[in-house]
Amino acid sequence: MLEIKNLHVTVEDKEILKGIDLTIMPGEIHAVMGPNGSGKSTLAYIMTGREGYEVTEGEVLYQGRDLLAMAPEERAAEGVFLAFQYPVEIPGVPNTTFLKEAVNAQRRHRGEDELDAMQFLKVVRQKVKELGIADEMLKRAVNVGFSGGEKKRNEMLQMALLEPRLAVLDETDSGLDIDALKAVADGVNALRAPDRSMLVITHYQRLLDHIVPDKVHVLAGGRIVRSGGKDLARELERTGYAEFATVAA
Amino acid sequence: MTTAGAQPFVEQYGALKGALPGVGLPWLAELREAGLARFASLGLPTPRDESWKYTNLRPLEKVAFGTPNGEAVSIDRLPSLLPAGASENRLVFVNGHYRADLSTLKSLREGVEIGSLAAGLERSPETVAEYLGQIAPAGGAAGEQPGEQPLLALNTALSGDGLMLRLGRGAKVKTPIEVIFIGAATEQALAYHPRNLIVLEPESQAVVIEHHVSLGGGATFANSATEIELGDGALLHHYKMQAEGPETFHVSTVHARVGRDAHYDSFGMSLGSRLSRNEVSVRLNGQGANCHLNGAYMVRGKQHCDTTTLVEHLVPRTSCREVFKGVLDDEARAVFQGRIVVHPDAQQSDGHQLSKAMLLSERAEIDIKPELEIYADDVKCSHGATAGDLDHEALFYLRSRGLPEGPARRLLIEAFLTESIEAIAAEDLCPAFLASIADWLKT
Repeated sequence: MLEIKNLHVTVEDKEILKGIDLTIMPGEIHAVMGPNGSGKSTLAYIMTGREGYEVTEGEVLYQGRDLLAMAPEERAAEGVFLAFQYPVEIPGVPNTTFLKEAVNAQRRHRGEDELDAMQFLKVVRQKVKELGIADEMLKRAVNVGFSGGEKKRNEMLQMALLEPRLAVLDETDSGLDIDALKAVADGVNALRAPDRSMLVITHYQRLLDHIVPDKVHVLAGGRIVRSGGKDLARELERTGYAEFATVAA
Repeated sequence: MTTAGAQPFVEQYGALKGALPGVGLPWLAELREAGLARFASLGLPTPRDESWKYTNLRPLEKVAFGTPNGEAVSIDRLPSLLPAGASENRLVFVNGHYRADLSTLKSLREGVEIGSLAAGLERSPETVAEYLGQIAPAGGAAGEQPGEQPLLALNTALSGDGLMLRLGRGAKVKTPIEVIFIGAATEQALAYHPRNLIVLEPESQAVVIEHHVSLGGGATFANSATEIELGDGALLHHYKMQAEGPETFHVSTVHARVGRDAHYDSFGMSLGSRLSRNEVSVRLNGQGANCHLNGAYMVRGKQHCDTTTLVEHLVPRTSCREVFKGVLDDEARAVFQGRIVVHPDAQQSDGHQLSKAMLLSERAEIDIKPELEIYADDVKCSHGATAGDLDHEALFYLRSRGLPEGPARRLLIEAFLTESIEAIAAEDLCPAFLASIADWLKT
């Protein structure tokens, strides 16, 4: 599904990622954990094509294709989804309009018929119900006035509607109370499928109590310094990241 | 002495004065002569005039405008902003001439007078005399008052036809009164000077929609003037769409007097003309008087769009909200000049003003000049202005969900402008305004 090979990335002339190697097979969930400033968010953004990140070396293959050569909208339409750490507020655009535009843009890209208003409403109502989201959130402008939990749930709603092949969750647990965290995790788990992979980026282990990963990687100082199974997350919870600070330096 | 730029218009007056509305009325002839004298001495405004610092009329001076004859133009389809049946009163003016054959007027009832100004001057000249040139004084010697408006003076001299609306005490006209101004020119450039008079006596209510369009693709200069008197407790919703052709000049001067607990609510959308200026002056002269001056504009190419407002708080407890939003592309320029004057007696005045511009090109420009003059101590007044590009974070967010850059940009621009439409009380009008935004974004 995803192959990251020797990836080096600089931001404003500062090297943030210093040679990442990571392979995710279809159906796998990988967690990337690490202290603040280790390059976790850079890894998330580089996957979706945000401006301001320069790849100086290495490559990223998605389903065998050069992901880095694709525009952000092309990546999305090909099945890459980023759940934002800080979802963006868009005043004046009703959430429903936004969701419908997104779904139909991706359908157009894939040569599928667009959903009309009725068809779309039917789909979105079903997803909203499954995720336990208030209908009223659909009418409001995208993320405007949403609480932290509502914003993250809205990300999950988008993910459920867009049905990506590869979902990247960037600190989806940050700022959530335990109920919201569970709701978000339920949304993610509902989407687990043999042909869908996920990259869960988090600082804390607690999200991984609810979304159990197949593999855990520790990112420190721009490198993956250790990889292991789901137990590695527990170990980190006990020991912290202190030991990796020296490894990375 | 007549200035060079003014000379052609002064000559036009000589040729036209026998054919202007209300000919033969001595008071009106006097008003016109005073307007002409004033215009002749002031000349066309230049950037040396403080109020015209950012808007240069030189391109206007270079065009030789002839005098129009509205009767000769055939109109196949009326460009209405309303769905069929939504309006009972529609007045159509072509190059400043009233066209009864294209207009629909519901038979008048007691206390409701809707028609052309020329007809009003024939039917009840004494009523018109009471207000015309009184709400927007344009006579007198140059230099008499600071807010000199040479183009208003020119309009006063050459006033063509326009809307006359007079509602008696308590009269309410529920459906919108639509007034369509068509500028029709081909090779010969034409200038015309619409003049509107709206008098709402106490507790009366109306919705007026102005729609300015072009036919024929030629150059026109529409120099419009509107006087509005709102009696105590009156309510006027005043909407305007200016979608004239790319070769046109559009200048509109509005003067409104708002009485006790009366409300003047105006919204204008500008997307046409190579050069346009909307100048609105409101006198809040009764306690509890309130106004909304809102607008939106979309300009591109080398279009120039000027919004100039003056709100005077003259007595205690008056309020005003102004929000103007614009989108500028290419080398387009916009001007926003907003002046608020709180007079010494006007305690508890509440005045807020906001200009938000979205600049889509590095060569687009907006000049903003807010002016607050406050002579009372217990007031709430503020102004704010923003100018910037599209929100890059929002753009990336949309693209990351699969929207290509073009549609994503359009969605954001549309959202920015749509917010200003949402406050329109005449629901029948919203689809046309929304469609104008969508159309603009498509081209």
